[in-house]
Amino acid sequence: MGSSGTVTGLMSAREAGLVACQRCGQVHAQGVRYCKRCDGSLQSRDTESLQKVWAWLIAGMIAYIPANLYPMLLTNTLVEHTESTIVGGVVDLMHHGSWGIAIIVFVASVMIPIGKFIAVIYLALSVQRRSNSQQHERHKAYELVEFIGRWSMIDVFVVAILSALVQLDTIATINPGIAAVSFALSVIFTMISAQSFDSRLIWDADRTQDE
Amino acid sequence: MPQTLPPLDDLVACHQCDTLHVAQDLPENARAYCQRCGTILMTSQPAAMARILSLALTAFIMMIAAVSFPFLTLDAQGLHNATSVLDAVLAFNKGFAIPLAVAVAFFIVVIPLIRLGALIYALGPLVREQRPRAGAKRAFGLAERLRPWSMAEIFIVGVTVALVKVAGLAAVTVGPAFWAFAGVVIITVLKDQMICRYSIWEALEQ
Repeated sequence: MGSSGTVTGLMSAREAGLVACQRCGQVHAQGVRYCKRCDGSLQSRDTESLQKVWAWLIAGMIAYIPANLYPMLLTNTLVEHTESTIVGGVVDLMHHGSWGIAIIVFVASVMIPIGKFIAVIYLALSVQRRSNSQQHERHKAYELVEFIGRWSMIDVFVVAILSALVQLDTIATINPGIAAVSFALSVIFTMISAQSFDSRLIWDADRTQDE
Repeated sequence: MPQTLPPLDDLVACHQCDTLHVAQDLPENARAYCQRCGTILMTSQPAAMARILSLALTAFIMMIAAVSFPFLTLDAQGLHNATSVLDAVLAFNKGFAIPLAVAVAFFIVVIPLIRLGALIYALGPLVREQRPRAGAKRAFGLAERLRPWSMAEIFIVGVTVALVKVAGLAAVTVGPAFWAFAGVVIITVLKDQMICRYSIWEALEQ
């Protein structure tokens, strides 16, 4: 065997018959249950990873539907009562000429969630098919999803601040709508989905083919 | 498989892709990246531990200020409304939204405070070169696991968006808590960038 292993000469802990701690990087013999350095539990691969990813992702996608159908903000002024959805809020901002803010809200509430659904589906499917192409790109996609997913929460915080701030009895009040809850749930579910994804699986495919 | 592996304690595996590397002593202020996926494996900043601790202490105190002082005040047509961070949390106080109030409180105040407290608890003795406290490993593990759920920086961006939305409607004044909160965000980002998990775990092991 000599210099066997991967094409690039890099070897995973699993390939070497070892198991690595994901918390601190310490390497152990296979079969060890708890890390001797940080006491974390050890798992060579999370075998239920994909099940969890799919379950949380589907929950997140379902919660995203009412988040868009129902109002996010209920505004009462002396003259009118308006309800605005996520997309409606973006359109309002554009009418007021606040393009920068409109873009931030649109990116955080529409582009990031939908992009995340697509990215997670793609990652999970490619791992299931044991694809060994574009591993670097897929790893980048995974890192991006992990990093950017939390930023969708912006709109929930906007609603919280607006509802707390604009409470001027009869003149103007703003209250949160039900969509704020389902949107927050959608973000939380998809964050858990992305965290359940075991990124080490991306890199396993070419090894099984080598042997 | 190659037969000649270095001793296990000299190896470090990338937590993102499981690739094995041989741990080396890094020159000062250097970073080691995973050769396969590019994740940072370790950094070497000799004074980092003390800096992280002092930044965490500062952020902890500022967070308490951010919660207690007025955050924003709104004036429109003779009416006046002062809002603290807690009011923002309590905005979701009606029926269906109560769980959301709890979640928002955790994301912007409770989890950041838990993370800071856990870091101070775990790193305090290390900076003074004493033995780690009981449970220090668990505390640091918790602080790292909670990292994605600490959303103070996202909250500040949300506040900015909200300010622009209200700007046309009424005059909004920014209170001291706003600046304290912004301070917490900047300090937390700086602090998190300094954390080298590998070196901290190594230090906690002793």
